[in-house]
Amino acid sequence: MLATTYRRPYKVRAAHVPEPVIEHPDDAIVRVTRSCICGSDLHLYHGLVPDTRVGSIFGHEFTGIVEEVGPAVQKLKVGDHVLVPFSIACGACFYCQRGLHSNCDNVNPEASAVGGIFGYSHTAGGYNGGQAQYVRVPFADVGPSVIPSDIHIEDAVLLTDVVPTGYQAAEMGDIQENDTVVIFGAGPIGILAARCAWLMGAGRVIVVDQVDYRLDFVRRYAQCETVDFRSVGDMAIHIKRMTDGRGADVCIDAVGSEADGNLMQRLTGVSLKLQAGAATALYWAINCARKGGNVSIVGVYGPTFNAVPIGNALNKGLTLRMNQANAKRHLPHLIEHVRAGRLKPREIITHRVPLEEVDEAYQLFSAKRDGCIKTVLIPPGTASMGEPKPIVH
Amino acid sequence: MNTYDDHSHIPDWGADLDRANRPGVPMEHMPPQAEREQPEQQPRTVEILHSTEREGITPVFGTSVPPRGLSGRIRRKAFRHSENDMRHWMMLLMADRVDAAEGLVEDLRQSPRARTAVVIGVCAVAACWAFRRARM
Repeated sequence: MLATTYRRPYKVRAAHVPEPVIEHPDDAIVRVTRSCICGSDLHLYHGLVPDTRVGSIFGHEFTGIVEEVGPAVQKLKVGDHVLVPFSIACGACFYCQRGLHSNCDNVNPEASAVGGIFGYSHTAGGYNGGQAQYVRVPFADVGPSVIPSDIHIEDAVLLTDVVPTGYQAAEMGDIQENDTVVIFGAGPIGILAARCAWLMGAGRVIVVDQVDYRLDFVRRYAQCETVDFRSVGDMAIHIKRMTDGRGADVCIDAVGSEADGNLMQRLTGVSLKLQAGAATALYWAINCARKGGNVSIVGVYGPTFNAVPIGNALNKGLTLRMNQANAKRHLPHLIEHVRAGRLKPREIITHRVPLEEVDEAYQLFSAKRDGCIKTVLIPPGTASMGEPKPIVH
Repeated sequence: MNTYDDHSHIPDWGADLDRANRPGVPMEHMPPQAEREQPEQQPRTVEILHSTEREGITPVFGTSVPPRGLSGRIRRKAFRHSENDMRHWMMLLMADRVDAAEGLVEDLRQSPRARTAVVIGVCAVAACWAFRRARM
């Protein structure tokens, strides 16, 4: 089968590799119909995630058709068209029982702090990912959801990660009516978080980035205010001036470990790897939040440590909340939002690329060229699949 | 009253204003809700390294790219240290770079163009050496 294999930093390749097989009675094999390149895939692509092994198959956002199921699978059937949440969950452990599916304790021998994620290094369990023609899906009765017939395949593939992560980013901010919400990052997650902040009753939504086309897009898509940080002398002063001197009620870090905007953070975090990535967005989030405010973190950081002003967070009495999204838990609610038109995820897709051209797709996304916001990969022979069918009552 | 109180231009503003409409609130289900029984153990068919913060491997795991070569030896050493120990992560990052170099060599060996370039390069060096020797 064809798959996106990692070769070295800044180099992936569509290569022919053996097809996956059932390895556990709860497994399914899924033939991928759509997959996406996520912003967090770029951390792998840039060689920032420890234990990213050459030959690994990337991709944690995908939909597909069930080809084969293990003997213990009861709910999922061969032929079901499913969307598969990015995190792998057993549904039985201490954490899954509490709804923290992304923190499942039964799926990642290589790290105790991280759950299992498709195609996201051995630090996240060593699973192959969905930027391929076929993928092994553990716990087939727990994670995958059958795509409702009236949901477009491109909305479905974005429901595997982007939409739940954007929603949970806003949710963890505990937004109260008329709160001012500042979101760092106008990538796909930041864009969805901005839209979800309005659903939760925000009074103002301000998105901070430096890429012109993304700021233009989020201004139109989420009807929010934007700040280009290149034109701002000091981010904390700027946000305080915008908010009557107090700061934002809620700040959301939707950037993670490769933030621009601070030379020292880039040097120590990205170039020299003396910390787990450049934490500029989190640094700003803490310093831009008002006293007693909330900081929500969904941007991905490495496992070591980062230079952030934790003392300021203490003295300001901030509440910091963070997690990988518990996508499975959010799906029924978010499917209803998509169905009702309250969320229109597929409008953020800018590029649809054959899987064979994945190397170019990564280069384009990494360099933020050609207005790229979200790229969908189309495996061979699946281009015509997935148009929605109306519900017949 | 400020100018930000009117949200009539925002479609569906406040649809999830009520916390009861937010599926992740509260963050943890209480009481806990078991969806299924504890899973059985996946057979181990390849070498799997495991964190020293765990007693053993988990019931289910990925089997992609087992450790191999020099990078694999570094990874095995890295997994002698806990996730709490910086040496664990630094050795894994080092192993990744070694793995990339090993992968590059493998790519060059498998690429006809790279093989041709190496042959041409070796011939050119040999020709230069022979030419200089003939002039001496």
